[in-house]
Amino acid sequence: MNFMGYRRPDGRVGIRNKVLILPTCVCSSETCRIVAEQVEGSIYVSNQAGCSEVEQNLKICYDMYSGFAANPNIYATVLIGLGCEGCTPEEMKKAIEAKTNKPLEVVVIQDEGGTVNAINKAVKAARKFVQEASLVKKEECPISDLYVALECGGSDATSGLAANPVVGKTSDIVVDLGGSAIMSETTEFIGAEHILAKRAATPEIKKQIIGICRDLEEHLANVNQNLRTGQPTPGNKEGGISTIEEKSLGCIYKGGTRPVMEVLEYAQMPTKKGALIMDTPGFDVASVTAMVAGGCQVVIFTTGRGTPTGNSIAPVIKVTGNAKTYEKMIDNIDFNASVVLKGDKTIDECGKDLFDELMEVVNGKVTKAEAFGFNECSMQRICKFI
Amino acid sequence: MDKNALMLRPIDNVATVVDDVLKGDNVYVNKEGEKICVSAFEDIPAYHKIALEDLKTGDKVIKYGQVIGAMTADAVKGSWISHKNIMSLPRNYEDEL
Repeated sequence: MNFMGYRRPDGRVGIRNKVLILPTCVCSSETCRIVAEQVEGSIYVSNQAGCSEVEQNLKICYDMYSGFAANPNIYATVLIGLGCEGCTPEEMKKAIEAKTNKPLEVVVIQDEGGTVNAINKAVKAARKFVQEASLVKKEECPISDLYVALECGGSDATSGLAANPVVGKTSDIVVDLGGSAIMSETTEFIGAEHILAKRAATPEIKKQIIGICRDLEEHLANVNQNLRTGQPTPGNKEGGISTIEEKSLGCIYKGGTRPVMEVLEYAQMPTKKGALIMDTPGFDVASVTAMVAGGCQVVIFTTGRGTPTGNSIAPVIKVTGNAKTYEKMIDNIDFNASVVLKGDKTIDECGKDLFDELMEVVNGKVTKAEAFGFNECSMQRICKFI
Repeated sequence: MDKNALMLRPIDNVATVVDDVLKGDNVYVNKEGEKICVSAFEDIPAYHKIALEDLKTGDKVIKYGQVIGAMTADAVKGSWISHKNIMSLPRNYEDEL
């Protein structure tokens, strides 16, 4: 199966065609917002960090923001730095160039002599890129070029009974056609990791799946935190999910049934195709952004309670298995999987319908979160600021 | 009133009610083609769990055919099972490896 996409010079394929205004750190983040507001066709992502960081946090920042620039939905990037930050414009430029050869312009606020001059230079670069991007023609591309992020947030008991199994079917269809689907949220493997591990393509991948769960529990124990204190969330409990085991057993359905080919670190780009796993926290927004940094062009997001989350780089398709939520949150939800609980459709039938919806979005249909312009961005952290 | 609940695997000892259930409602569950009726011991909100048998403190709670926690209080058949009467159990990762 093919889809219509924008072939980039690095070989990857975008389903959207945007210019990214990218901050190295919090001090250039507002400047990026102002630039993006000036240039139709450009977007920005916020950066809450990028300075006074321990090495591990800095590495995450470089991995994540260079990944945003490399995401194939982006035609070109204007990188804006302050000039004295820990996450330097030079190193970020190198990190981006290690991942992609797409057009890149760097603007440093202190070198330009202040905000107004920096905005002036960045707006000119962004306008030029947007015009160039408009000349890129869509072409037929194989589904093997497609990476779908699978996410859940604001779960309730319907998530594990309807929405996640339906997404799992969709994921299997994508993988069987040669595409890739990344499932994340290590927190929400805990209690179900023994089942997920059975899908590992190799003994080494099995060890990695169990290992990331053990490491997360140990990491939290080191700061005197029992993972079970924060999970399930109050909303999960009110929605009928009582323990992390119950939450996880419902969550892992969305990854489908195909062999897991690779376990990726946070915000890393895949080297394999098929069903993949990324080690991210149970915090949904920080998971979505990590998979988008890993190159996912589109996100399928299940929610029982209903959430508005969107991403400026990749469209987010919202799916619910809760009929009341679908009615109440119709502004935010794209796909109704509650028909499965009513018995109107089987999980397989509904999964095929969701695959059709996915391909519509891949080919250009605007999702609800996209129409709102929602653009949450959050990044995993290892340690306090210095 | 008659209400329905979903039992996901034959070994499960809880089921998920698909509507708001009131005390005394007859809750019907399909267990491998056989229709079982459990009388609701108390009100249970939609998509929450109902006990399919008497459960004692420490008993494992089974849903999806898997252990989802252990009882922290006794609960008779038809009770509402939630975070208030079950707790998560620690994992043994070294054995799984």
